[in-house]
Amino acid sequence: MLSHELSANQIKEKIIKREITAQEVIEELFEWINLKEPLIKAYLCLDRDGAFLKAKEVDKKLDNGDKVGLLAGVPVALKDNICTVGIKTTCASKILEDFIPPYDAFVVKRIKEEDAIIIGKTNLDEFAMGSSNENSAFHVTRNPWNTDCIPGGSGGGSAAAVTADTVFMALGSDTGGSVRQPSAFCGNVGCKPTYGRVSRYGLVAFASSLDQIGSVTKDVYDAALLLQVVSGHDGFDSTSATVGVPDYISDINNVDGNLKIGVPKEFFGEGLDSEVGSAVMNALEIYKKNGAELIDLSLPHCGYAVATYYIIATAEASSNLARYDGVRYGHRSQLSEDNIIDMYSRVRAEGFGSEVKRRILLGNYVLSSGFYEDYYLKASKVRNLIRNDFEDAFKKVDCIISPTCPTPAFRIGEKITDPLQMYLSDIYTIPANLVGIPGISVPCGFTNTGLPIGMQILGKHFDERKILKVAKLFENGTDFHLKKPELN
Amino acid sequence: MKYEVVMGLETHAELDTESKLFCGCSTKFGSEPNTQTCPVCLGLPGVLPVMNKKAFEHSLKAALSLSCEISEFTNFDRKSYYYPDLPKNYQTSQNYFNIGNNGYVDIVVKGKEKRIDIHNVHLEEEAGKLVHPETSGANYSLVDFNRAGVPLLEIVTQPDMRSVEEVESYMQTLRNILLYIGVSDCKMQEGSLRFEASISLREKGSNVLGNRVEIKNLNSMKAVLKVIAYEISRQSSLLDKGEDVLMETRLWDDVDSVSRRMRSKEEAHDYRYFPEPDLVPVWIDQEWIDETRTTIPELPVSKRQRFVNEYTISDYDAGILTDDKLLADYFEECVGLSQDSPKELSNWIINDVLRELNERKTNVQDFIVSPKMLVDLVKIKPAIGSSIAKDVFVEMINTGKTAPSIVKEKSLTQMGDVSELNDIVAKVIDENPKAAEDYGKGKKSALTFLIGQTMKVTKGKANPKILTEIFKEKLSAGSK
Repeated sequence: MLSHELSANQIKEKIIKREITAQEVIEELFEWINLKEPLIKAYLCLDRDGAFLKAKEVDKKLDNGDKVGLLAGVPVALKDNICTVGIKTTCASKILEDFIPPYDAFVVKRIKEEDAIIIGKTNLDEFAMGSSNENSAFHVTRNPWNTDCIPGGSGGGSAAAVTADTVFMALGSDTGGSVRQPSAFCGNVGCKPTYGRVSRYGLVAFASSLDQIGSVTKDVYDAALLLQVVSGHDGFDSTSATVGVPDYISDINNVDGNLKIGVPKEFFGEGLDSEVGSAVMNALEIYKKNGAELIDLSLPHCGYAVATYYIIATAEASSNLARYDGVRYGHRSQLSEDNIIDMYSRVRAEGFGSEVKRRILLGNYVLSSGFYEDYYLKASKVRNLIRNDFEDAFKKVDCIISPTCPTPAFRIGEKITDPLQMYLSDIYTIPANLVGIPGISVPCGFTNTGLPIGMQILGKHFDERKILKVAKLFENGTDFHLKKPELN
Repeated sequence: MKYEVVMGLETHAELDTESKLFCGCSTKFGSEPNTQTCPVCLGLPGVLPVMNKKAFEHSLKAALSLSCEISEFTNFDRKSYYYPDLPKNYQTSQNYFNIGNNGYVDIVVKGKEKRIDIHNVHLEEEAGKLVHPETSGANYSLVDFNRAGVPLLEIVTQPDMRSVEEVESYMQTLRNILLYIGVSDCKMQEGSLRFEASISLREKGSNVLGNRVEIKNLNSMKAVLKVIAYEISRQSSLLDKGEDVLMETRLWDDVDSVSRRMRSKEEAHDYRYFPEPDLVPVWIDQEWIDETRTTIPELPVSKRQRFVNEYTISDYDAGILTDDKLLADYFEECVGLSQDSPKELSNWIINDVLRELNERKTNVQDFIVSPKMLVDLVKIKPAIGSSIAKDVFVEMINTGKTAPSIVKEKSLTQMGDVSELNDIVAKVIDENPKAAEDYGKGKKSALTFLIGQTMKVTKGKANPKILTEIFKEKLSAGSK
């Protein structure tokens, strides 16, 4: 097996045992990247020099017999909306095309401390707004299973890179499904932890009350490993939880099959692709065989989730993106500016893409005087109702299982002219963001045309440990996660 | 005037904290531009705010001191508008759940008390500062973000004020309270205390409010008083002509002393307030309120009352003493040390200490004459007389020495020995027969002359009271 095909944990073990050096791993990885990246275009920026420098440092530590971190020598990619000191962080937007942050995001600090090696920054829909990667200002990333298809979004770059083995694991952000949906489309494991579990400091905000940093990995064990590193309280994020972080790794295989699994009817209704539906039903059967009890559920307010989401998310986005005005950093128009309003207009007209503009307009509309009560406030109330639905459900079940997305990956260009159809692609992932609960997507099958299908497992607040175990139980009995696309 | 003026005031007070509201940057005034900034207060992508607890506590303390109802649940909101000095193009403020609501401040105008209702007290972040280049034709401006993110307390009154005097008294009373409780240094020259006024006129006796004009950019109490006069005249002349006063926001120009239209009602900002998702709500429980209450010192109004009752000084003097907490503390320390003569100490402080402080542009805390030194001076005064005491006071300021040591050094003690003085007086009468004769003829001023001559001989050490008696006795005896 080639080194880049191994999981993060496997490569780490090899490096620690000195079967391979970190520098060799990086060398082989970049060879592979050179070969396959032109096909996939997962990255916006690669940091070859930085990667070798860090690899050298890790090798030196190991040679000296010094203690190394949990991610010793593991190549990691970062979605390009996570700030990295000295490396461009563009959010796939022209407005931040040349922006180099003077500081590291909390999660970046953490993985550096644990001796991970940052390979580069991956593509996304501009400011994480989109479900296909087509909203990137720079290029469209391809789905490694079928390069005519989108990899999903917004974190399509991270998911495609992990699937194409051009990195071992990646961090993304999940505001409405941006980690889980692309993971489902690309056939890897995507986990969005509880809101507050991972510090958002240094994650460029899209919708602050929904954004959460998550992991994209080749298997569930790696997800546990990466989450172990990045979880925990951060004094720089007021919404970061002080709830203690349990050990996700050591007893991940120790799970009682005697689970109560909720199956919400609202997640299996109209619009669900039949192949996706039956793959998930088959997966549920596997749980049943392991002793699980399937419990039919209703989450009656979930039908309003997408509408609620697009009010709250756009409202917050309109405000979060107001700072991109060209005054302190970022794009500045080359055209002459007569006054400050002129300057703002040009900077923003030239700097933002059309989907971002659409959402800023929507957000300003729902917050404007006279509409606030009808839209934002009402959406906040509906959000509470959806939260109550889940709270009631979790009184009866250990976790909830559903498809991650209603369809497999669609073709490039297929939905780009129909924003509403595009938005519906997140219909099953959005509720977890509105409620703040953790969710994980694991591969559970393939379509006839060979596209991966993802299954979503949702858990209670701060119960990542449980959903990781439930996911691992499934993974242990299946081999979907081991399948590799042919990259030609 | 046939109109009644109706006014409300918004006061912005920068809170006195070491660091900014949402980051660790210093709040020091007057540093090199943009040296007190970080990713958070510059609004870089990805940063998040973390509440400065001290700033919140200061706000709570202020809200309590202004007799507000304290909200059990408080939250922050984003107020959106575009301006280059606002790094995020929204200001984190409070709109839906303020720290304090429905408070009041009691003021005294022309001896009469009046209650000014406070609509709300809330906490928000300060913006940066635009610097416009002085070169003519420059087509750019610079921004200094040192101030961006400094905690700012906003205190909003109801439109309760009806005269310039009321507004002036309100501003002074409020400033005094904020200084007393130590939440703001209220330095207007550094922009720590700023105002926005809303002013409308209506026919006397009318119950309907006139169109309200809001005036921004009032950076001193003086500017507020000027703008009121300006607006009253501007608005009343419009009304006299039968024209409408436009509901609008105007900007005060302190150089030209005029207000100018900034934007009309139609152009008013829609601030698109919504709850700040990056901060968590703050719950204020009774325990916290009680705890904070214990940190509030006696406020100026009650202190003034107590001074009148306890030290039997005039209300006017008590007003002067309590106008500055430090001065009031100085006075009370003096009284405590001397256990006597509060009236005399009050006079010394109001007449002499204050004059020196003003001349030296210093405050009583840094004043070289400590309460103990002042008390010693007052104690030794009967032995040296008032006029020498004043000289000694000046000497104390110049040298830092105590009154007893100055008196001793210069042997300034007054001669109180009657027999010794008798001899000197006799000699002076002998040497000035004309004056002695004049006094005998009823010319009172002759006595003053004779006493002056005696003072010369004794180098001012003779007790003038005793001298007068000796002279009267001797001269009346002589004329018999």
